[in-house]
Amino acid sequence: MVQSLDRSQGRAGSVSAGSVNTHGTYTGNRALQIEEPLIFEMGQAGRCGVDLPEPPKVKERLNGLRRKGEIGLPGLSEPQVVQHFTRLSQKNYAIDMGVYPLGSCTMKHNPRINEKVARLAGIGDLHPLQPVSTVQGALELIDGLAHWLKTLTGMPAVAMSPAAGAHGEMCGMMAIAAALEAKGERAQRRTVLAPESAHGTNPATAAALGFVVKPIPANDRGRVDLAALKAALGPDVAAIMLTNPNTCGLFESEIVEISKAVHEAGAYFYCDGANFNAIVGRVRPGDLGIDCMHINLHKTFSTPHGGGGPGAGPVVLSAALAPYAPYPWIVKDGDTWRVAEDGGALKALGVDGLPLGRLKAFHGQMGMFTRALAYIMSHGADGLRQVAEDAVLNANYVMAALKDVMSPAFEGPCMHEALFDDSFLKDTGVSTLDFAKAMIDEGYHPMTMYFPLVVHGAMLIEPTESVAKEDLDQFIGALRSLTAKAKTGTAAEDFKAAPLYAPRRRLDETLAARKPVLRWKPSNNPPGGDPLKQAAE
Amino acid sequence: MRYLPLTDADRREMLSVIGAKSVDELFRDVPASARLAAKVGGLPDHQGELEVERAFQGFAAKNLSPAAAPFFIGAGAYRHHVPATVDYMIQRGEFLTSYTPYQPEITQGTLQYLFEFQTQVTLLTGMEVANASMYDGSTGTTEAVLMANRVTRRHKALISGGLHPQYRSIIETTAKWEGFTANFSKTDAEGLEDLIASVDRDTSCVVVQNPSFFGHVRDFTKLAEACHAAGALLIVVVTEVVSLGLLMPPGEMGADIVVCEGQSIGNGLGFGGPYVGLFATRDKYMRQMPGRLVGETVDADGKRGFVLTLSTREQHIRREKATSNICTNAGLCALAFTVHLTLLGEAGFTRLAELNHAKASQLADRIAALPGVSVLNDSFFNEFTVKLPKPAAEVVEALAAKRILGGLPVSRLIPNDPSVANLLLLAATETATDAGMDPLIAGLKEVL
Amino acid sequence: MAETKYTEEHEWIRVEGDVGTIGITQYAQEQLGDVVFVDVPAAGRTVAKGEACAVVESVKAASDIYAPASGEVVESNAALADTPGDVNAEPTGKGWFFKLKLADKGELDGLMDEAAYEAFVKSLG
Repeated sequence: MVQSLDRSQGRAGSVSAGSVNTHGTYTGNRALQIEEPLIFEMGQAGRCGVDLPEPPKVKERLNGLRRKGEIGLPGLSEPQVVQHFTRLSQKNYAIDMGVYPLGSCTMKHNPRINEKVARLAGIGDLHPLQPVSTVQGALELIDGLAHWLKTLTGMPAVAMSPAAGAHGEMCGMMAIAAALEAKGERAQRRTVLAPESAHGTNPATAAALGFVVKPIPANDRGRVDLAALKAALGPDVAAIMLTNPNTCGLFESEIVEISKAVHEAGAYFYCDGANFNAIVGRVRPGDLGIDCMHINLHKTFSTPHGGGGPGAGPVVLSAALAPYAPYPWIVKDGDTWRVAEDGGALKALGVDGLPLGRLKAFHGQMGMFTRALAYIMSHGADGLRQVAEDAVLNANYVMAALKDVMSPAFEGPCMHEALFDDSFLKDTGVSTLDFAKAMIDEGYHPMTMYFPLVVHGAMLIEPTESVAKEDLDQFIGALRSLTAKAKTGTAAEDFKAAPLYAPRRRLDETLAARKPVLRWKPSNNPPGGDPLKQAAE
Repeated sequence: MRYLPLTDADRREMLSVIGAKSVDELFRDVPASARLAAKVGGLPDHQGELEVERAFQGFAAKNLSPAAAPFFIGAGAYRHHVPATVDYMIQRGEFLTSYTPYQPEITQGTLQYLFEFQTQVTLLTGMEVANASMYDGSTGTTEAVLMANRVTRRHKALISGGLHPQYRSIIETTAKWEGFTANFSKTDAEGLEDLIASVDRDTSCVVVQNPSFFGHVRDFTKLAEACHAAGALLIVVVTEVVSLGLLMPPGEMGADIVVCEGQSIGNGLGFGGPYVGLFATRDKYMRQMPGRLVGETVDADGKRGFVLTLSTREQHIRREKATSNICTNAGLCALAFTVHLTLLGEAGFTRLAELNHAKASQLADRIAALPGVSVLNDSFFNEFTVKLPKPAAEVVEALAAKRILGGLPVSRLIPNDPSVANLLLLAATETATDAGMDPLIAGLKEVL
Repeated sequence: MAETKYTEEHEWIRVEGDVGTIGITQYAQEQLGDVVFVDVPAAGRTVAKGEACAVVESVKAASDIYAPASGEVVESNAALADTPGDVNAEPTGKGWFFKLKLADKGELDGLMDEAAYEAFVKSLG
């Protein structure tokens, strides 16, 4: 359908002789870095990447609503599809390629046995609504993971269905709303407290449920200011949402006092479990007095991030909140696993509960459950404790090895991530963003930048337990070298030009937001053939 | 432990650089009362890969996979053939083990396929703009209702009785806790529902499904007109995205938001997840959309590139004012969708849809010929509703005992409603064969 | 004679007769960086003093604009949809947001004049 096969750019006006000369190649490619058009710029009618049989002739029963025009999908053969997506893949940085120190994201190794077992036909090829008698092993698997999660957290119940961490947060906060309603206090308790350093999802979730979010300040040690929290607690407070270890990479050392104060005020304690990986096997959150906590299976338990999902966000619940867990409930009835999908089914099984409703079709992210359980079983109780210890050790090693040249945001040992502010870059003309982009040219994915918001120009480094010491040493060396370069005071221009060696240099985000182009259209392709050839002539 | 690179010698050396005597010192901020002196009790220790794989084979052996049985279940999850290329591609580490593309210079691979995905979604649905995917169709549908409430500044949604019952439950749950009104039209097994008269000036949106949960194919053009006349939005949900290869797209009917479950393309059944939600709308509502968006731009050399854009809608910037609390999409499932749809192309996707319709038609004709059994649908795509002479739940259990996965008893999702007790939902995709239909027909003859 | 007043949220309002034109200050646009989108209220909408009634966005930030006084919106700057960069280039000129028919000019009494606003910005460091 689209004739011009423009391997360099594709957008009208974006190709100049200058950029070809920059590359110095006819194709615009640079060895393994191959410029790749969109599929819509490559397709030809008459090509297809699948062979399907001629459909049998039948009487059409579409209520006269057969599609009239073409859809507009390009036609490509299988080898072209393989090459296209392989070339695209080579423009990505990934855990499989090296240190990926993205703080608060936990970019740990993703074992391939997890992928293999998730694809067993008896697990991956099951319909969610098959007769329950034909999926007993699947339900046992879900319960097996649930058992691990409850035991590792020291909590009595877990809701498995939330599709991601933020979805788990929604589930946990709905359970709190349900518990308040059961006590007749929902109308009165409208306030949710959250520290200033909280993930943005916390206030977004609370606000969606109609709560008013009130920020709690941090003290100079990067922890919740207990006195300020106590002053904020009152009969209007529904819950506190607190990440522990917090987003500064620090353990909330007064957390037991916090949970005591919260409960004395009649409120609930929502713990954001995004950073559970730092303490798994060493601390059970249930012992800290929390009421619920979501667990990002892609962080603590290695399910792949996949370029931004899919995730899974089971929520562990205290005895006070357990009755409100959403459908479905998986219940063992003698030797048989049952799935309760409504109140009648719960009653028939003799189970007490007041489920808050349903949050997702079917039973949750089974594929992620399988991967997480494979990871958990591989590590075992002994290995998971070692995971937390090595993650914390690696982060403290980075902190120790960089604290003389960069500026740690807080004193003392950190947990799984090391937080720096940008004061070491003062007067260099180099910003946190510039510094991070320069890391790309050194072959590293940047650390998390400008988060948490409570630290100026924040740089949050989370090496995870998956990095070998020699690789950490090289990473530390690279950061020390960049720091020294920045401090010469004459390198700002170099930093601002970075990255130079990535598949793309810095992208114009202002242009993208001012004139949003969110899909390809035929008009994106200039008529008149190949602008690259014209440039070469 | 095979996943942990640090040796004991490394650990000792690193502790000395840190200036700590033991790793326990690093955990000193943990209150003493909560410190575990040893590993968590009552759980097994680490295992080798062989042992782990064996354990999962044990789970698998206790299930009856559709790979090993005649299979005719749909109801929002459909079993299609997924080409080997798809699974190979999504297991490439550069895709599998990459994060959300916040650093566009080194994530153009993810960003470009998401841009291709967004374009594909607009083409299939006949809409102007699509996001980079939602968790799945069920959660995406509720997000669409919330978006319609934002756009119209109204708080009353009208929900069709032809919408998947679990999708209805999610809307009901969200309405209860987030505080809006959802009016549910009664179960519509016959496909005759007319919601036009129920749309009023307070209605934020009407949510319909096409083909409906019961399989009926409907034209919603008039409903769209009625919605627009009242200032409401029409949300069309598609749980079987392959149907869009053959059917008029919702955009042509006047839909304002289209949500699809995209599982059918590129993604296996997986016992219900992870799947991929497609979410498309009109340009004018772009800034009210939930989820991530990828946009085109240029880099410092003027070369085309892609970035996440319009992120001021999202929770990490807007916090309590965000359009949604969502911060992930279903990236890898979206990749599977895009690779599969690229392999299919115009010709393959259209033929796949025709094959599905033809197989389901063949099955419907054979079922309708059974004594005492009637097919409720005049129209359908690859799934239809059958009325049996006895409760469908019993029939399905009896078939399962013969190792036949013979459809979904509607009563499983709509319990306590005698009017649906005898209804059975049957689906047939391109994977259905005569050799699979024969035992179903024979089995039904025996158990009815 | 037009009179311009300023709020602590870095908005300006220029009053001519009973109509006030509203925008953001030079300081505000510098803090925001490249403006990519402005959501202005439609003509006919009634707003109360202090009500969030417009949004200005850069790539990484979104800020609410609060009505400095009560009244009815009589005109909004439609050109900003295509050229949001006007807010950066001419924040007090082409980059205006909307015009308000003031319900009570007395509401403006508590706002700063130019000298007071300049001192206020200086105090922010």
